[in-house]
Amino acid sequence: MATKKTSLRGLGAKFLDGAEPLIRALIYASGWSSIVFVAAIFFFIFREAWPILPRVNWGEFFFTNDWVPVPAEGNKASYGAMSMMYGTISVTIVSMVIAVPLGLGAAVYISEFATGKVKESFKVLIELLAAIPSIVWGFIGLVVLNPIIQDVFGVAVGVNLLNGSIVVAFMAVPMIVSISEDALRAVPDTYREAALALGASKWQIVYKVLFPAAKNGLLAACMLGVGRAVGETMAVLMATGNGMVIPENFANPAILLDKVRTLTATIVSELPDSVHGGDHYRMLFVIGIVLLVFSVVINVTSDIIVKGVKGDQKNA
Amino acid sequence: MSDTETDELSIRTRNLSLWYGNFQALYDVSVDIKPNIITSLIGPSGCGKTTLLRCFNRINERYGNVTTKGEVQILGENIYTEAVALAELRKSVGMVFQRPNPLPISIEKNILFGVRSHSRRSDLPASRREELIESALTEVSLWNELKDNLKRKATTLTLEQQQKLCIARLLPLKPDIILMDEPCSALDADGIERIEELISDLKDRYTIVIVTHNMAQARRASDECIYMYLGEIKEHAPTMELFMNPKNEQTAMYIEGRYG
Ligand SMILES: Nc1ncnc2c1ncn2[C@@H]1O[C@H](COP(=O)(O)OP(=O)(O)O)[C@@H](O)[C@H]1O
Ligand SMILES: [Mg+2]
Repeated sequence: MATKKTSLRGLGAKFLDGAEPLIRALIYASGWSSIVFVAAIFFFIFREAWPILPRVNWGEFFFTNDWVPVPAEGNKASYGAMSMMYGTISVTIVSMVIAVPLGLGAAVYISEFATGKVKESFKVLIELLAAIPSIVWGFIGLVVLNPIIQDVFGVAVGVNLLNGSIVVAFMAVPMIVSISEDALRAVPDTYREAALALGASKWQIVYKVLFPAAKNGLLAACMLGVGRAVGETMAVLMATGNGMVIPENFANPAILLDKVRTLTATIVSELPDSVHGGDHYRMLFVIGIVLLVFSVVINVTSDIIVKGVKGDQKNA
Repeated sequence: MSDTETDELSIRTRNLSLWYGNFQALYDVSVDIKPNIITSLIGPSGCGKTTLLRCFNRINERYGNVTTKGEVQILGENIYTEAVALAELRKSVGMVFQRPNPLPISIEKNILFGVRSHSRRSDLPASRREELIESALTEVSLWNELKDNLKRKATTLTLEQQQKLCIARLLPLKPDIILMDEPCSALDADGIERIEELISDLKDRYTIVIVTHNMAQARRASDECIYMYLGEIKEHAPTMELFMNPKNEQTAMYIEGRYG
């Protein structure tokens, strides 16, 4: 028995020896490929947008609200994208206001309070949620949330900012939960014991020990949630009402019941109808660039936040 | 034993048994631990020293599969009843762990962690907080070393400082009893010596129960000694008596085997 094992291990080692250059090459290739893909994405989006970049009226693009790519006879096309940026930003903010507390709460419950079967069932449920395709969430927005919002708020149309944000929140929650739960689980148990032995209650342990100790991971989870919200397309297209409006008064909560249209929704709904190589087509790629910039900014900020937090912890 | 004597005991257990799932780790432990002395708990690894110690602040229960039977009285009060407030119990029975486990926050926040959990913010004005921090650190002789670095993260201290801090953070809670589970096992010889000194300084004010696998330490540092074997208490006597003249055959074998 023992000799068998040794010889097997020997064989395995020999196999690995021979295959090592190959395996190394594969690992390198997969590492580099991600860089290549990102570069390719930038390249193709810029290539499509390039010819129009010198002619874009940036003031109009960022600060006006008239998106008329196909004007009536004799009129000039206009490309004011402010309402779409408002759409993307508002869906992101509202969905995170919903998803972050929900996701963190669920993660805390699963990692610190639930035990045994309950814990397992919750984890499975979260995984199931994560596996639901975007388009199905869109249907849920249309078919389930739409009438509920109509009833509750007494509005004629229930696809709006609120609906889209709820849908995106539900899509972001599983990711926030699973990353936050990992972060909480990584907190050494000795900290919990130390705090418990000092007479702290479970809640005190959560917010005075676990949150500070898991800060980095929790922040990362939330930032990934934000990324998800910015990039989400099909579901928001279906659930937000796809209307280009900018509210007059941002303090009025009724804006939750207005239609919005996000940057992503604009691209996906207009690209098929635009003339390949035409101005409209190229402007949609300019929107793509804006989205790319958004996501780079989010990633860099989250990096800075996470690093800043790390620095704090060293000095604190 | 008369009632007055019972009242004077710090810890008194009667027929205490404990199971982890189906595995019985303690068998009918009945022990009386006197106040303001150091009692050491010795015995081979796995005999239940840690388990017994963790019954005294009921921290064993955090593992879901623990069943406890019998009675544990702390300062005359049975702690295994529904009515016991665990936070209060843990305030009066502090614990020091085998690996120093300061929380990953600043030194001062570690010291205040306990009192902050037990009192409202308004009861702890800045002046009171400073007082608590200074007296706790002075009591473990860390004040001079650390007074200029109170905002430093506690996990960056040396292990010896960390363990002293773990003792210091119990003190603002004014505990009656301090439980220590092999508090020196992560330290070097110098660290061990200084922690032992500290422990013997503390015994006037606190009842101390210390688990140790180090015979020499039990002998040097404790007034009474309990020998455990396979979840049972085999012998409990004044330390010198237990080492010089063990009544139990197994005790004799253990202290000779380890020490001779
Ligand atoms: N959480 C636990 N779950 C199951 N068994 C445990 C647990 N903790 C300790 N035990 C078992 O209980 C017995 C006593 O352990 P412990 O009290 O840690 O001994 P000691 O501190 O004397 O080395 C050992 O056999 C150990 O394996
Ligand atoms: Mg132990």
